[in-house]
Amino acid sequence: MSQKLDSQVPSGDISEKWTKHKFNMKLVNPANKRKHTIIVVGTGLAGASAAASLGELGYNVKAFCVHESPRRAHSVAAQGGINAAKNYKNDGDSVYRLFYDTVKGGDFRAREANVHRLAEISTSIIDQCVAQGVPFAREYGGLLSNRSFGGAQVSRTFYARGQTGQQLLIGAYQAMMRQVDRKQVELFTRREMLDLVIVEGKARGIVVRNLLSGAIESYSADSVILATGGYSNVFFLSTNAMACAVTAAWRAHKKGAFFANPCFTQIHPTCIPVAGEMQSKLTLMSESLRNDGRVWVPKTAGDKRHPSQIPDNERDYYLERVYPSFGNLAPRDIASRQAKFAVDSGRGVGPTGVAVYLDFRDAINRLGKKAISERYGNLFQMYAKITGEDPYEVPMRMFPAPHYTMGGLWVDYNLMSTVPGLFVAGEANFSDHGANRLGASALMQGLADGYFVLPYTIGNYLANTKTDKLETSHDAFKGAENAVKSEISKLMNIKGNRSVDSFHKELGRTMWEYCGMSRSAEGLKKALGDISKLREEFWTNVRVPGDASYVNPELEKACRVADFLEQGELMCQDALERNESCGGHFREEYQTPDNEAKRDDENFCHVAAWEFQGVGKKAQLHKEELKFENVKLSTRSYK
Amino acid sequence: MAGTSQKKLNLKLKVWRQKSNKDQGSFVEINAEGVSEDASFLEMLDQVNESLIKKGDDPIAFDHDCREGICGSCGFMINGNAHGPQKGTTVCQLHMRAFKDGDSIVLEPWRATAFPVIKDLMVNRSAFDRIISAGGFISVDTGNAPDANGLPVPKPDADEAFANATCIGCGACVASCKNASAMLFTSAKVSHLALLPQGQVEKTERVLRMVAQMDSEGFGSCTSTGACSAACPKEIKLTSIARMNRELLAATLNKKEAVEGDGV
Ligand SMILES: Cc1cc2nc3c(=O)[nH]c(=O)nc-3n(C[C@H](O)[C@H](O)[C@H](O)COP(=O)(O)OP(=O)(O)OC[C@H]3O[C@@H](n4cnc5c(N)ncnc54)[C@H](O)[C@@H]3O)c2cc1C
Ligand code: SF4
Ligand code: FES
Repeated sequence: MSQKLDSQVPSGDISEKWTKHKFNMKLVNPANKRKHTIIVVGTGLAGASAAASLGELGYNVKAFCVHESPRRAHSVAAQGGINAAKNYKNDGDSVYRLFYDTVKGGDFRAREANVHRLAEISTSIIDQCVAQGVPFAREYGGLLSNRSFGGAQVSRTFYARGQTGQQLLIGAYQAMMRQVDRKQVELFTRREMLDLVIVEGKARGIVVRNLLSGAIESYSADSVILATGGYSNVFFLSTNAMACAVTAAWRAHKKGAFFANPCFTQIHPTCIPVAGEMQSKLTLMSESLRNDGRVWVPKTAGDKRHPSQIPDNERDYYLERVYPSFGNLAPRDIASRQAKFAVDSGRGVGPTGVAVYLDFRDAINRLGKKAISERYGNLFQMYAKITGEDPYEVPMRMFPAPHYTMGGLWVDYNLMSTVPGLFVAGEANFSDHGANRLGASALMQGLADGYFVLPYTIGNYLANTKTDKLETSHDAFKGAENAVKSEISKLMNIKGNRSVDSFHKELGRTMWEYCGMSRSAEGLKKALGDISKLREEFWTNVRVPGDASYVNPELEKACRVADFLEQGELMCQDALERNESCGGHFREEYQTPDNEAKRDDENFCHVAAWEFQGVGKKAQLHKEELKFENVKLSTRSYK
Repeated sequence: MAGTSQKKLNLKLKVWRQKSNKDQGSFVEINAEGVSEDASFLEMLDQVNESLIKKGDDPIAFDHDCREGICGSCGFMINGNAHGPQKGTTVCQLHMRAFKDGDSIVLEPWRATAFPVIKDLMVNRSAFDRIISAGGFISVDTGNAPDANGLPVPKPDADEAFANATCIGCGACVASCKNASAMLFTSAKVSHLALLPQGQVEKTERVLRMVAQMDSEGFGSCTSTGACSAACPKEIKLTSIARMNRELLAATLNKKEAVEGDGV
């Protein structure tokens, strides 16, 4: 194990680690909190909740986002729900079960102690959100309602129709705006972080581009939090919003923060299939739909009959068949792979043949159209708007799409990266989901990090660290500003023949083909070559119109795509290095006779954390060994 | 059916081009050719931009992000309608099958003093954030919350609060109002919080402050034409405005002063 990776997991029984740790951490007294400035980059669930809580504690917070308003962060799009071990249903849930399900769901590639803490905190999140006025779904008696998500046999998911992310984000946003009102949080919108500033080995500030004026600005602080979301847009087509990017995390990586498990990406099984060349993004249909929808394809390849003409005995409800105990609620990695197998065997449906059905016929017959519309009304409407079809009448057509990234910047138990003073929260870190994330657990993690973990661990860092006052006139800032300016002027001056999007699309196709739902050594090696060639072409042939001194969306995209062109390479490298299949990482060479992922615990029961060595140079691998002392390492089975 | 339609549309766009907020701006005609019926409206603009870039022209600037009707980034006038012709639909969810080959389409930014134009179809809606920070929240510090099921909320109240909380802050209500009033937006937040038991403590101060902030941002007054609600992609109802007016009246009558210094 590498010397550099100390997970800082406290000793003791798993269920007492966090409580003990909270007690052992140093506190910053109220008068001193006022003297500390903390930068929060990103104001999605993780960032907004962190900014709000730190502001409440009395720190001076500077919060940044690329969006026009924090309320537009991509967390807003989360549909299905948020998990919590409340056991309101009395169906056998507990903190331990949520912990167990998450470790198993992650295919034994997450750190046990982090996951347990997450499960412990989950219940306080729901309390906090309800107190803020988040209008979760309720029963007629006025109590909160729950539903089930994949990989679980209990109902522990809290939801607000199909708009849970929106409601939680608005809750966190309002809590943060309250601190803006109290002048504890200063908000900087339409700012894109383009560099991390390190002084004397510690993260002390950021350089951003003001997306309105084009100005390059510096901000200093005693500590920096990145909560900048995931990198699924490396595939170009994904369920993420257009501005989601790896840029902030990648630039921190280039300044010394290790990037962990970049190849662990989640391909979500139920998304609306690609319809045409100009398609710009893919729309998710929430996993919650699999509570009532049944997934099927025709039994015979090439059966082009209208779905209503295909009788039940000629349909293959393959998830129910292969995974009888979890059925349609099999976890995402498994459900996606099975959809791919169905399509590869020629049984795909719809005009392109690259889709499977998600059918509500039986649920509508059983519960009535009204009940279904109450549960999923807005999702059905969204589906109809995009496809022009009525899902109450014909089954939805679905296909997997890139959706979430389990990988991210490496952090220790305190959520601190390998750069002292740089903390990472939410989807941007790698911490809790191992090789596969269970549905409704990302919202939980983002809010756990922001509301309940960082406020403690940052205090501990600040109490233990001497940070002198730092002006942005310091050389470290000037150097970073100059580097950013020269990169921008380089991009503007290439004046080549291809648009930024055309590069992004080509990168996306390569990643999807070779580093998507299934991977092989041969394919990954090809991808590595292709990406490096594409990157070279980008830097000689991209065309960025307009000028850099005002609003310029093409320039914004160019900076993001430049980073994806480097990060995609690291993803392939990581996938090539990991000679096993686990969770969302499926290497064709490593599978069981019935096509399930074959893990290799002997050689790969570790976190792969990569250290940047230069563009185009192979990053250096560091390993954090994972120990499973509570949940026994076992083959994951949902049969 | 998606993906089956091979029909391509040729359209004439009349687009508002304005370099910056100091600039004068004018309509420019741009042809959109070979647009798939299955494309979304923004994908049509992507295609137009791709060809503008090829020609060395400046692409049309517009705000967008989620492209699934939830982030509230997108929004402009299409033939005089905020978000275009379809009810309950944001621009990003509007698909080209709503148009016919040969159609002329006029694209214009939101027009309101409180929403200055940034560039082309992009406007500055930060006034909405300031309205929220003037009390559009429930004051509860992290870690102080009682058990979530400790306070049951009648389902109809929770549902109605939810319906109001679905506002995406897009600004279509302001853009479609002849007075550029922000009553629908503000009342949706006031309603969301006033309908919940958790929101009761601060309700007097909240409505007074939010309305004062709204007025100071330069939004116009409400003359109850209902254009806002008709254009709202989340179909926020006019009853929210009525509720806010009631809350405001009650707040004005009931306002009591707290003793300075005791409450922190
Ligand atoms: C369609 C969809 C549905 C989902 N449904 C669910 C669900 O039902 N349940 C669940 O648990 N999870 C769900 N997820 C996952 C979950 O929504 C995300 O993982 C989570 O919301 C991420 O939150 P975050 O705060 O980490 O990042 P985000 O919400 O993505 O926020 C990132 C923030 O960083 C800012 N930012 C990014 N880069 C920069 C930069 N360079 N400079 C400055 N600011 C920057 C952005 O402006 C933004 O404010 C879903 C995801 C998607 C895409
Ligand atoms: S009330 Fe409707 S139109 Fe106005 S901002 Fe909210 S969602 Fe948009
Ligand atoms: S782009 Fe998000 S609502 Fe249209």
